[in-house]
Amino acid sequence: MKLPLVLLCAIAAASLAAPLVAAVLGIDAQSVDLFDRVAGPSLQHLLGTDELGRDVLLRLLEGGRVSLMIGSAAALAAAAAGTMIGLAAGYLGGWTDRALMRMTDGVIALPLLPLLIVLAALDLSKLGLPRDFVQSEQISLFRIVVLATLVAWTTAARLVRGATLVTRSQDFIRAARSLGASVPHILVRHVLPNVTGPLIVATALSVGDIILLESVLSFLGLGIQPPMASWGSMLTNAQELIASAPLLAIYPGAMIFLTVISCNLLADALHKRLDPRLAGRS
Amino acid sequence: MIRFAAIRMVEIGAMLILMSFVIYGLIGLMPGDPIDLMRSTDPRTSAADVARLKAVYGLDRPLVARYFAWAGAALAGDLGYSRLFSEPVLATVLPRLVNSLLLMGTSFMLAFSLALALGIAAARRPSSWLDATVNFLAFAGISIPSFWLALLLILLFAVELGWLPASGISTAGGGGIGDRLRHLVLPVATLTLANLGPYTRFVRAAMRDALAQDHIRTARAKGASEIRVVVHHALRSALIPLVTILALSCGGLVSGALVTETMFSYPGMGKLIFDAVMGNDYNLALATLLLATAVTMGANLAADLAYAWLDPRVSYR
Repeated sequence: MKLPLVLLCAIAAASLAAPLVAAVLGIDAQSVDLFDRVAGPSLQHLLGTDELGRDVLLRLLEGGRVSLMIGSAAALAAAAAGTMIGLAAGYLGGWTDRALMRMTDGVIALPLLPLLIVLAALDLSKLGLPRDFVQSEQISLFRIVVLATLVAWTTAARLVRGATLVTRSQDFIRAARSLGASVPHILVRHVLPNVTGPLIVATALSVGDIILLESVLSFLGLGIQPPMASWGSMLTNAQELIASAPLLAIYPGAMIFLTVISCNLLADALHKRLDPRLAGRS
Repeated sequence: MIRFAAIRMVEIGAMLILMSFVIYGLIGLMPGDPIDLMRSTDPRTSAADVARLKAVYGLDRPLVARYFAWAGAALAGDLGYSRLFSEPVLATVLPRLVNSLLLMGTSFMLAFSLALALGIAAARRPSSWLDATVNFLAFAGISIPSFWLALLLILLFAVELGWLPASGISTAGGGGIGDRLRHLVLPVATLTLANLGPYTRFVRAAMRDALAQDHIRTARAKGASEIRVVVHHALRSALIPLVTILALSCGGLVSGALVTETMFSYPGMGKLIFDAVMGNDYNLALATLLLATAVTMGANLAADLAYAWLDPRVSYR
């Protein structure tokens, strides 16, 4: 539990401190220096420079900020959307439940990566979104968060629905209802607390999955767009230079790996801690 | 059971029709359109030519009308022409489908046999150093981005050591079966290692649950040999969840290696889907995406049916 948490905090802290590092070094992650391309480590560039002479350390830190931001934003959004859908399906029951669960099963049964590639390549201006918005720098961030949310909500929806179904018929819910408690009150105060544990675990797990998804899409050129740095797109550039500058291909991948494995190990540790049935098992 | 299967088949059919319309609509929202592409090759095209071309290709009609025209032709077996490969879509898809099945099938079987060995070894001694190591390696396998794994393998075996080719399916201008196999090694290794993590975790969990059952203690008390206990008594009940997982992962047979195939320029279905989408090859993208969807849905159905078939406690009305 401790090591992954420490590692994750360290990566987050370093990423957030990127502007500070940039100020100390007197350059930023986007500054190009064509006279100093693919350079080795130096005092000015602690991890060397990439194919455009940009500082690798700063780009790694900025990529970390982007990944963690997308991972946590999309995981939270997916947990929220999944919770709403799960509560609605579990509590209302009947055809609402059937329709919502069919939709959930349908999403799970789709080949996600190919369809996400189509969605990521869409021309948003053809959808009638305002041109300023489509061409803004944040659009790729926003788009990935939306895409990741679209695929990640199903776990939370199933968990919450299951817990709601179990809880709904219990005596204390009937007691609450007979005391005149409103439906939202029952859902929030009596149903949700029964599922917070698994929900937290599922959300922690999905952070890792979403970061992997973001890195794949960025690697394929469909995620974060330049000049913004992302671990995935750094690997795309490194692939072409793999014979001459192998280290450029090592760093970003190692960062993805460390971040994702920390999320997964943390989720596993939480799972054991929060599930009383597993107490004492390793 | 048969009733359940029949209902699910109808549902899958309906879902596929729905998805074909959704995908058709999405493809229309990709950057550029076919007329723009023609225009870019001939700058003298006038506005009147554009209108005429749109009428010829039916692009001036509403989306739904165009969809039905496409669907009618597709049902009659005409999936159209591929723009990128200049041949009928079917002729483009078939050889690549074979390539993908070869790649996925090999790595799938390798990964599953390795996972079976590792998972059983770990589950037999819970909390031992072996269990901890296998568990950690499985987590590592789940967390490693497959394209980075591919890059590392290329770096080590193709660039540094120079033992294996880094891309393609065979050396240009010949090479026999050995050459084909050499080109398969790195993609297969990537996919095997990438799948090993999740499979090992599934096997370990399933075997651990199975070995904790009372009937295992009974079998041991009756003096059954360790091999008999593990294989005959525990593995049999662990196979129920495992077969489900196995059936589910068949859904990835067609498009599951998209990233790996793209990394190694391996001409399979995954790379084909990616190239078709990125290259504005509408007919090809539609057909391949629908095929991938049909296969994953079929695998989901197979998983449900396998579960009901193997576990007598599960009944589907």
